[in-house]
Amino acid sequence: MRLTPSVRLVDVSKRFGRIFAIDRLNLEIQDGSYVCVLGPTGSGKTTLLKSIAGLTQVDEGKVLLDGNVVNDIPPERRNAVYVPQLYALFPHLTVQGNVSFGPIAKGFGEEEAAARAREMLELVRLERRSGSFPQELSGGMQQRVALARGLASGARLLLLDEPLGALDARLRIELRGQLREFAKRLGLTVVHVTHDQAEAMTIADTVVVLREGRVEQTGTPFHIYHRPQNLFVANFIGDTNFIEGIVSERRPGGSTLELRRSIYVMVADTSYLPGERVVVALRQEKAHIVREGLQRTNVLRGRVQAIRFLGNFVKCEVRLENEDAISCKLMRVREIPRDGDEVAVAFRPEDCVVFPYPPTGLSRELEVF
Amino acid sequence: MAEGHQERVGLMDRLSAEPKASRGLYSASALFFFVIVLLPAITGILLKWEKIHEALSDATMLSRASAALYVSFAIALSVSLLDLLAGIPMAWLIVKRESKLINVIDTLADIPFIVPTVALGYSVLLFWSGPSGLSSLFGPQVAVEPGWALVMLLHFAFSYPIVVRLMVGEFRGYRETYELAARTLGASAFTAVRTVTFPILKPAFVAAFLLAFARSLSETGATIMVAGAFENGTVFIKRAKDAGLEGPLVLVSLALIAISVAIFGAISFLGPRLRLPIRKVWPNFERRMSGYGGWRDLVTVVAFTAFVIIPSLFIALPSGAAVLDGTFGRAISGQGVWGDYWKSLAVSYAVALLATMVNIVVGFPMAIIIARRRFGGRASAIMDALVNVPIIVPSVALGVSLSFFWNALGAIPEFWILVLVHVSITYTYFVRAISAALEGISQEVEETARTLGASPFTVFRRITLPLAKYSFFSGAIMVFTRSVDETGATVAVVKQLKTAPVLLVDWVKNPQLYGQSTIALGIGFLVLMSFMVLLALRLGLWGRR
Repeated sequence: MRLTPSVRLVDVSKRFGRIFAIDRLNLEIQDGSYVCVLGPTGSGKTTLLKSIAGLTQVDEGKVLLDGNVVNDIPPERRNAVYVPQLYALFPHLTVQGNVSFGPIAKGFGEEEAAARAREMLELVRLERRSGSFPQELSGGMQQRVALARGLASGARLLLLDEPLGALDARLRIELRGQLREFAKRLGLTVVHVTHDQAEAMTIADTVVVLREGRVEQTGTPFHIYHRPQNLFVANFIGDTNFIEGIVSERRPGGSTLELRRSIYVMVADTSYLPGERVVVALRQEKAHIVREGLQRTNVLRGRVQAIRFLGNFVKCEVRLENEDAISCKLMRVREIPRDGDEVAVAFRPEDCVVFPYPPTGLSRELEVF
Repeated sequence: MAEGHQERVGLMDRLSAEPKASRGLYSASALFFFVIVLLPAITGILLKWEKIHEALSDATMLSRASAALYVSFAIALSVSLLDLLAGIPMAWLIVKRESKLINVIDTLADIPFIVPTVALGYSVLLFWSGPSGLSSLFGPQVAVEPGWALVMLLHFAFSYPIVVRLMVGEFRGYRETYELAARTLGASAFTAVRTVTFPILKPAFVAAFLLAFARSLSETGATIMVAGAFENGTVFIKRAKDAGLEGPLVLVSLALIAISVAIFGAISFLGPRLRLPIRKVWPNFERRMSGYGGWRDLVTVVAFTAFVIIPSLFIALPSGAAVLDGTFGRAISGQGVWGDYWKSLAVSYAVALLATMVNIVVGFPMAIIIARRRFGGRASAIMDALVNVPIIVPSVALGVSLSFFWNALGAIPEFWILVLVHVSITYTYFVRAISAALEGISQEVEETARTLGASPFTVFRRITLPLAKYSFFSGAIMVFTRSVDETGATVAVVKQLKTAPVLLVDWVKNPQLYGQSTIALGIGFLVLMSFMVLLALRLGLWGRR
């Protein structure tokens, strides 16, 4: 029988001095799922992982693994392997020695441990490097050794702290797919911490967005992308324009907002009353450059401030007549204007996500670092 | 699946996972430090507080004592400054210029670490003032007679390598990119070093200065050999002890302890705040200065050879001669004075071995407390500072205080008091070596091992200890050699018992009684034994790789 662990955190808090690293955090992780924890530096991602691993004693709340409270269980008996960013391979042991460390520490005999290690190294296709020392391997190989080492210890729950952070951009993209595929093939539960939203969106079953020690939103990448719960999430995931306005009219099927200098736009959201101060979040790829006259609603005129070529798309920054700025991601070549052109920007009312204007101010809410 | 194997996990594993057990271990090690090392050192001297009046009422004795103290600090200060002046270019040379000659010099720089200081003292004495030394080449008028100049030459010879060793380590760790960046920004080599490299390395200079200063202040055995009628603080203490003058003994010891702690406190506090006053750059002048690197290297190597290497190795000549003239046979058969000699050597090594073992056991947890902040940030930082006391305070003064304390406790045999005192004076070395090593080991490595299923004890045994192995051995070697080498604290403690350096100081001070061959051979054996012990340890270390 193979036990697949599930993780539950109930009202967990951890303070360092007067600062809350995590603050009454609740989280549930399903068996066999690949969860990415996404958040800016200092949002409590590592503390969350270490609390699950048992390397950090939580101040309040309960940590449950497989339905059992493990607050007082030391890390060596939790079967949850922590893999830090630089993998923490033991520099004085060979690859084989590293991978057989777990079984030996758990009381298996040398032979049995060696057999398990060999099996795991075959799994990550590193059996031929078993005699090498960690520092002789490439970054990608080191990561595979770390995975094999975790699995050999019998763990079904992997806690990966920025596992791709130390690799170069190209390799990072290649390995993130492999990482997910590997976990799925073996039925592992993975908690993968990252600050790279593209990474999280590509590989996670579930994304957890953390901010200042609290969960801002949990959901599938698709859901979080299309239905961000607040400005912070909208800003942190994807590239987004934020436009301030006031609701001027509310009708069935849509509302009219007044932007600065009496420019009006339509949004599909009708949940705000006239006079309310709001912020419109508009994904950059949902804003288009159009020829005037083709479209009636939400056509705003402006001048191109900058054009940036980014490979598969072009980013075009437009300064509107009311001095607001909008960035558009343009995919089609014929859309692309020239620097300084007078253009019109258009978007659909249903692509506008509306949030109440934050009491602490917009710039504070959009701070990610 | 791991459950079925739990019974194979040992008692230590289960015990170490118990928070109470590990807290108990750390508390015990901290307690040992306070009760066995620190408390006796402070209390001992205070027990004899009223004896100070004896000394204060005797005006001639008082002026003699203050003169001795004054020269102690004056010599320590000037020698450490000279050390920096000569040692920094030397370390620079070793790090920057790779060549066979430099490698040889690099190795030779270790000699004063391996050769006991008393041997160094005799070697320096013979070279500078003996009839077979310098005067045999240039006539008797060049000989340096025993006195303050010879004391300075000696102190320079043994403290200079300390500075070189420390600075080589620092220069190796220093990232050259800073200096290269300064060069590309338009600074000449000289300017770059002066305005970028030196300010960054300033803490290392301060540390090197303090180490050299402390060694000069506490050295006793070799200083007695070369001092003649001249006396500094440590020589004064030895003479006061021999004459049974407790008052002056207490006074000078207390003054040495108080002033050295004050100086170290002041320098550690002011050092980081000290700035080089010159911010201005004179491009043309400094560009021309950059061209004198070759001359600087030459002067450095010549000075090193003339003032450190040759005087330190000179002992090999009379020792070699003694092997040939028949003294060797008498020595091996233990005739006459040699019986006492071998006995003293046995005492030295027994004391050193015991002190090393004790310090390994009690020092390791202490190093973990300091490096891993086991008692919280503030308490660990205080421990970190206090652990330095035994190397800051001159060992002879420490020995005086400790001997008062342990003798006041009752009838502890002299040998065991000696062991206790040596544990105290060498305490810092092992703790420092291990705590530095632990700071270099990423805590994540240990944490990851825990999540892989290893108990704290298994992590210690299979991860921490192997990674700190080199420091473990070098720390243990430091403790051992410092113990074998120690004269000051030993002299302060013993009445009947003699360790090898104490006996050899006696021999050297009475050449008419023993003869040069005997003395030279006695010292030669001590050096040889030290080499063999170090070699055995090194081989042991390699064998375990």
